[in-house]
Amino acid sequence: MRKLLIAATAALLLAAPGLAFAKAKQGGEIVITYKDDVSTLDPAIGYDWQNWSMIKSLFSGLMDYAPGTTELVPDLAESYQISEDGLTYTFNLRDGVKFHNGRALTSGDIKYSIARTVNPETQSPGQGFFASIAGFDAMASGEAAELSGIATPDDDTVVFTLSAPNATFLHILAINFSFAVPKEAVDEHGADFATHPVGTGAFKLAEWTLGQRLVFERNPDYHHAGLPYLDKITFEVGQEPTVALLRLQRGEVDVLGDGIPPAQFEEVMNDPANEGLIVEGGQLHTGYVTMNGNVAPFDNVLVRRAVNMAINKDRVVRIINNRAVPANQPLPPLMPGYDDAYEGYAFDPEGAKALLAEAGFPDGFDTQLFVMNTDPNPRIAQAIQQDLAAVGIRAELQSLAQSTVIAAGGEPDQAPMIWSGGMAWIADFPDPSNFYGPILGCGGAVQGGWNWAWYCNEEIDARAAEADAMVGDTVAAARLDLWRSIFIAIMHDAPWAPVFNEQRFTMHSPRIGGEDALFVDPVHIPVNYNHVYATELQ
Amino acid sequence: MASIFKRIARDRLGLAGIVIVALFVAAALAAPWLAPYDPNEQFFEGLTLEGSPKPPSLEFLLGTDLLGRDLLSRLLYGARTSLVIGVVANGAAVIIGTLLGLIAGYAGGWLGSAMMRFTDLMMAFPALLLAIALAAIFAPSLWIVAMVIALVNWVQIARVIYTETRTLTTREYIEASRALGAGHARIVFVHLLPHLVPTILVWATLGIATTVLLEATLSFLGIGVRPPTPSWGGIIFESQSYFLSAPWLVFFPGIAIMLAALAFNLMGDALRDVLDPTQRGR
Amino acid sequence: MGRYLIRRLAAALLILLGVTAITFTLSFLIPADPVRMIAGRSATPETIESIRHQLGLDRPVYEQYASYVLRLAQGDLGRSYVQKTEVGTLIWSRLPATLLLMAGAIFFELAIGIPAGIYAATKRGRRSDRGIMILSFAGVSAPQFVVGLLLLYIFAYRFGWFPMSGYGTLGHLILPALTLGIAGGGWYSRMMRSSMIEVLRQDYVRTARAKGLAERSVVLVHALRNAILPITAMIGLDIGLFMSGAVVVESVFGWPGIGQLAWQAIQRLDIPIIMGVTLVAAAAIVVGNLLADLIAPLVDPRVRLR
Repeated sequence: MRKLLIAATAALLLAAPGLAFAKAKQGGEIVITYKDDVSTLDPAIGYDWQNWSMIKSLFSGLMDYAPGTTELVPDLAESYQISEDGLTYTFNLRDGVKFHNGRALTSGDIKYSIARTVNPETQSPGQGFFASIAGFDAMASGEAAELSGIATPDDDTVVFTLSAPNATFLHILAINFSFAVPKEAVDEHGADFATHPVGTGAFKLAEWTLGQRLVFERNPDYHHAGLPYLDKITFEVGQEPTVALLRLQRGEVDVLGDGIPPAQFEEVMNDPANEGLIVEGGQLHTGYVTMNGNVAPFDNVLVRRAVNMAINKDRVVRIINNRAVPANQPLPPLMPGYDDAYEGYAFDPEGAKALLAEAGFPDGFDTQLFVMNTDPNPRIAQAIQQDLAAVGIRAELQSLAQSTVIAAGGEPDQAPMIWSGGMAWIADFPDPSNFYGPILGCGGAVQGGWNWAWYCNEEIDARAAEADAMVGDTVAAARLDLWRSIFIAIMHDAPWAPVFNEQRFTMHSPRIGGEDALFVDPVHIPVNYNHVYATELQ
Repeated sequence: MASIFKRIARDRLGLAGIVIVALFVAAALAAPWLAPYDPNEQFFEGLTLEGSPKPPSLEFLLGTDLLGRDLLSRLLYGARTSLVIGVVANGAAVIIGTLLGLIAGYAGGWLGSAMMRFTDLMMAFPALLLAIALAAIFAPSLWIVAMVIALVNWVQIARVIYTETRTLTTREYIEASRALGAGHARIVFVHLLPHLVPTILVWATLGIATTVLLEATLSFLGIGVRPPTPSWGGIIFESQSYFLSAPWLVFFPGIAIMLAALAFNLMGDALRDVLDPTQRGR
Repeated sequence: MGRYLIRRLAAALLILLGVTAITFTLSFLIPADPVRMIAGRSATPETIESIRHQLGLDRPVYEQYASYVLRLAQGDLGRSYVQKTEVGTLIWSRLPATLLLMAGAIFFELAIGIPAGIYAATKRGRRSDRGIMILSFAGVSAPQFVVGLLLLYIFAYRFGWFPMSGYGTLGHLILPALTLGIAGGGWYSRMMRSSMIEVLRQDYVRTARAKGLAERSVVLVHALRNAILPITAMIGLDIGLFMSGAVVVESVFGWPGIGQLAWQAIQRLDIPIIMGVTLVAAAAIVVGNLLADLIAPLVDPRVRLR
């Protein structure tokens, strides 16, 4: 049995391939603003882009990503081994890891934390990610009280047994839902653990004034020596983005959690005073229009292709201040498996009309386009609506609250078209499979599912399963090739019209610094709190 | 008859009010002929290369909106939606509220109390939730927004009218006409209602401004006019965060709303003066 | 008086019960599924059913309502679906800010509206009356977001007289309260003016004038007392209105009031929070209107409680 062995130390983490991070002096504090209140800091519950990266700074898991990249590195694990059949993962824990309450981390905590997410009583939105662990079904259905696929032979070793090989399993051990929590703190606070988080992360929660602010303090016992650099992070919530920008200009705020407000974007970008303070980067995001194959005439592939050709993506991008790049396939460019060579459907209204005529709709047809009601989504939908009208597709806009649109998408015959903006899809982890299963696979094409195109191609589903069973470094490249071909095959069926991939523009005050990659970290949004530093101290 | 016109003609402000109201109505009706462009057309040159709206220019007299559409054309067409909301929906709310408040205040006793407790209930009613529920049940339309606004707004008017009626009913002349054997209807409509007209006018005119803005919130939740159909409140709602960088997008519709409400007020004042000369100047 | 209060309080309980029943029903008419909002994108149908069962959402609506009311009777508002925090805690933490903003807003409404209304009434038909009229309409027509942003830009950002955002000191309160007060002041001044003119025509005012009292004392002493009644009704209305929050102003000034909580809950269909906020607002409305009704006989003894 050949075993893969990877060892990592803090030094290796800092010197991750592609990026070299200089050590910085510790100290200083920053202020970050958000419009919405923080809903929860429980890693088993939190699943919005705001708490996602806050939780990453309070907790940690077996795996993590090298700062500023999508590259997997061990974190709470010191090393791991994967059996050749891809079914057994053995992790050796790092020494000297302590929870914020002072207790040392043991393998039992890892087992407890993942089992807690799977436990139906936790009501975790991340439960399904762990479906490949043996014994998942028994525990998820409430029949078993334990997750039989996780064993702890000693305090420093965790062994996962999978029911089927899963090439994304290491990614799954890097998502928040797997992060270690101490049982005693969960038992003490119950559901209020959400506001009394105790983890092993770089920061610990010092204060949470509901509706006003959260304060994170540096964890002096953090298991990566010398990190984090900042002493304190204050998150102010309930802050209108326009006002937050004014405050940043006055020096009261360091990072705009919600990004640069669209209204001020042009002015901010053109202001020479902001030179060096705005970092642009990609994002694991695709904005797309779904076409429900259950609803005529979208059951006709020609119609779906015509829609792909009708949308003027450049103009849509301009409406959102060029803060995106036009997309031609489901995967974003930053995602492994993205096909650079694929050209997609070019903008061609005449061609679209010809296709519609061929499909039997020379005069077009009437349909509906659902859209979530918060800016800029209704605007984007109106631009798409005008493009569709130009080729004869008269789409009526249904601009509704998020929950209503999601509900309509989950019904087989309710929403002919949906603009995905504001609801999906930012990757949970940087692997192409995350862009398939729930949103394009047969498994998601069920009542209440997220496959709003109701696209189900058995042949492609089989190829996807094959790809996810390809475990290990030796087949990694072949696996990505397979995924690449899957997404191009999907575009042939055209269940979606991919429109753009959002770009991130993070603006920060001159008081904080760090490599640019930290400010557009694909995993930490808006910035990687653990690695940015106060400039005045350097 | 001739003297009525003469009196109106002498009231210069009242005349101005009538003219402005007439202009607004004409603009709404004649929008297809007056508007320089299709209100929903997103012009390629209507946005800067960075995607920002353009300020007023010869090409777009009042500038463009966030999608590069002509603001003037959208304001003209938007008058249709907003006048219906401001006049019909708000008017319905005022009529219902006045009648119920008047009856409750005059009747008193258990009927009056029961009616006012009902208004308490209606006031506590979560209007936004109702809007979301209605959005799911009915196809969005202007008339559903109008209905919701009438349903939500009459309560406040009823409350104020009720309080005023209670004081009025204690006045000597009401007691006197009761003693003289006047019927309830006569007391309510001849002796009470005219004294309430100033209050009713305040709600009928200021209410125009608030309901036109409220329509935008309700439409946002999905029950009202759907995009791209323009409305004054909607234009403000979607572009108010651009106020510092593109003030024209908020300024012009804001002025339209204020002028409409003000013009109706002036017209109302003038009409009342004409119909009831004893209350001149109120 | 005692019996009257008991009757009103009994009615208040009925109103609260009615409002919760209506809100509960409405939240079930909305075709969105709160369980799916909780369960997230990777949830299996089994997970969704299990969560639905745990929250009791698989039971008939009337049964759910009954258990809600029972828990309510014990002072338990339930836990937020999304945040899992107790609704009571969430509302309680925002209540002081909401009450403070309400007090500040009503102060500015009255401070702007009453003098302006009285002045306009005494100068009716003159240029100053017209000027106040135009300002009133401008105040009511101006969108609150814009008024707030403008005040903030000028007085906090440019001049630095007030803090930009937050909650805690009097300085924090002034701009958001003023923003609300400008619109409300427009209403109050129009109401005050029309009410004042009506009262100034009354016989006793004429008598007072005939007795040779100074106009100032006629207006401020004799007429104001009677003219202010409709204003008390409006304050009662405002208490209810501001209690359910001033979403826009709260967000511009980063004010931690109930409005933002309610707005987010409505968007996410977090029913326990929606119910809680509705309940608190309903209680405030009942109290506000009760106060208005109690004040009426004090101001004008001829009005009786009933």
